Amino acid sequence: MKKELIKYAVFALCILLAPLVFSGNYLMNVLVFVGIHTMLAVALNLLLGYAGQISLGHAAFFGLGAYGSGILSTTYNWNPWLAMTVVALVVGGLAFAIGFPILKLKGHYLAMATLGMGIIVYIVFNEWVAITGGPSGFSGIPNLELGPLVFDSDLKNYYLVWSFVLGCVLLSVNLANSRIGRAFRAIHDAEVAARVMGVNARLLKVQVFALSAMICAIAGSLYAHVMTFVAPPSFGFNISVELLTMVVIGGLGSIYGSFLGALLLTLLPEFLRFMHDYDIVFYGGLLMVMTIFMPGGLVRGIPDLFRKITGLKNKKGGAHA
Amino acid sequence: MRFRFTTLTTAALLLLTASLSFAAGTIKIGGLFSVTGPPAFLGEPERNTAKMVVDSINKAGGIKGQKLELVVYDTAGDATKAVQMATKLIKDDKVIAIIGPSTTGESMAVIPVAEREKVPLISCAAGSKITDPVKRYVFKTAQNDGLAVAKIYEYLQKHKQNKVAILTVSDGFGASGREQLKSLAGKFGMQVVVDDTYGPKDTDMTSQLTKIRGSQAQVLIVWGTNPGPAVIAKNAKQLGLKLPLYMSHGVSSKKFIALAGDAAEGVKLPSGKVIVSDVLPKNDPQKGSLLAYVKDYQKHFKAEGDHFGGHAWDGVMLVKAAIEKGGATTEGIRAGLEGLKDFHGIGGTFNFSAGDHAGLNKDAFVMVEIKNKDWVIAK
Repeated sequence: MKKELIKYAVFALCILLAPLVFSGNYLMNVLVFVGIHTMLAVALNLLLGYAGQISLGHAAFFGLGAYGSGILSTTYNWNPWLAMTVVALVVGGLAFAIGFPILKLKGHYLAMATLGMGIIVYIVFNEWVAITGGPSGFSGIPNLELGPLVFDSDLKNYYLVWSFVLGCVLLSVNLANSRIGRAFRAIHDAEVAARVMGVNARLLKVQVFALSAMICAIAGSLYAHVMTFVAPPSFGFNISVELLTMVVIGGLGSIYGSFLGALLLTLLPEFLRFMHDYDIVFYGGLLMVMTIFMPGGLVRGIPDLFRKITGLKNKKGGAHA
Repeated sequence: MRFRFTTLTTAALLLLTASLSFAAGTIKIGGLFSVTGPPAFLGEPERNTAKMVVDSINKAGGIKGQKLELVVYDTAGDATKAVQMATKLIKDDKVIAIIGPSTTGESMAVIPVAEREKVPLISCAAGSKITDPVKRYVFKTAQNDGLAVAKIYEYLQKHKQNKVAILTVSDGFGASGREQLKSLAGKFGMQVVVDDTYGPKDTDMTSQLTKIRGSQAQVLIVWGTNPGPAVIAKNAKQLGLKLPLYMSHGVSSKKFIALAGDAAEGVKLPSGKVIVSDVLPKNDPQKGSLLAYVKDYQKHFKAEGDHFGGHAWDGVMLVKAAIEKGGATTEGIRAGLEGLKDFHGIGGTFNFSAGDHAGLNKDAFVMVEIKNKDWVIAK
């Protein structure tokens, strides 16, 4: 437990100090989105990495959060913080309700059902022009405010988003190390065995699904207020897949792994930009190589790699001596 | 292998720093185009054109002796990416004006950034809400959708037809067209008897067309970009639908004729003047710019210049004109653009003012008809 605390403190310190390096740079803006992606990836990881339930429709909850906050605070002039809270609760409730029938399914069937849910929500965003603004998007969403502080610059948004991320990581790490977290992993490994041991698998699965959806909805609300604009393509199927990739690349069942996955997948395209038209090919290739050689994700792959390299050096040093 | 990678990166870095130090004393402008992704049909000609125009300006000695430098980023049609790239252009590349993005959605997403950082943005997208209401630093070169609708309705009025069926695609372009088609109908005495939509990826629109066939409609107006409208034209032909077919300026490129084949014959649409530049009357004020653009594009890219690329041509040339007028600063460009009158570009003749940052009127469009696989001006 103490180890966890140190890990968290180091993580928080890095996040807090990062602006000293990147401030005034456009990477500050990218890091805001890394934060939002981290929240989404952590949320999906709770469901997929810990409880072992796949979802190909998580962009839907992200979108519901974004549109919900945007519409309530712009069209209906709600206080943005109130809107954010209400939307998170409603989305959580919704996920809880659909969780019961959906999570009875397993494997490919669960993937299909969540995929369908994602597509339905996307179509609603796209076609309900009167409310969502349809394909050309919904604009004019206000920035969040806290007393005299208006979150309207990249630096302010960075601290806004990352304070939510830190909260969400703390919650997730605690949850993962609790009795409930162990129950999740039991369900992941063998659902029947878990039930025999007295774990209420059905209810727990639905609860983690709802929690995951709620975190996504909050991330969506933040996205809406940071961007001040939302459009349907930001919540489509490809985003759900991207989230899944972040979780898998980062490392299933590791909260910090999700952060690494989100960081890598959001930042990498920026650094590959010098390759112009070939960046997509390289990006795809790199992902393939990583999944082949780091099946445990970055969070386990990087230490392994490090050990291999240092081990190699030691051997070389021995030969010379 | 690792050695080679390091040399490569070092070389790239060196090149980068070299180009950076070289860049001092040049005027830097940014381009945001969706070169990949679904709107690539807009972004690619826009990027090509922008690069071509900047090169030719530099060859002719630059602007007041200063070279122009264009930094282009691909937004892939994604609003989040467009915002990131706009921030990069402003914060890292320190450009003094941005041309693009290509789509209405991306433009709406980037507007708050441009307004906050006080950098002029010249959007290449058509949605009228980009400059309505007027934003201090936001201008646009693509003709408003409303102007294209007005052109069609005016033409129908002249030909004494007033019952229309509309079939629009459910994306940003179609949604904006649908809104304008419905809201302007009353003004021109038109009656929308069927209002239907289709999905951007649909491959068969027979059911919508069957519904329209059974209605009172005298004409069918289709609002979409390739390939949907070509499918509709083919379906209509297969069904033996006798209604005259009208399309939007979204299909005014040779690609549509190639996709629709024989079914394209007789289709009428409002279009920017690029595609009919050679048959325009001699006294048309845009004729000079149009012919030069078409010739240049053909020479550089061995392809037909279309009006999408034209939006970027207008963007770069407008910035040039604004710099000549107001100086090479963000405020200078903004003021220069706002005071610009009678600028004969590709999209039309621009007249900006404090109350109008779109600058075009419906003369920017001509009604064209497809005959023998080519464009003619509709009578």
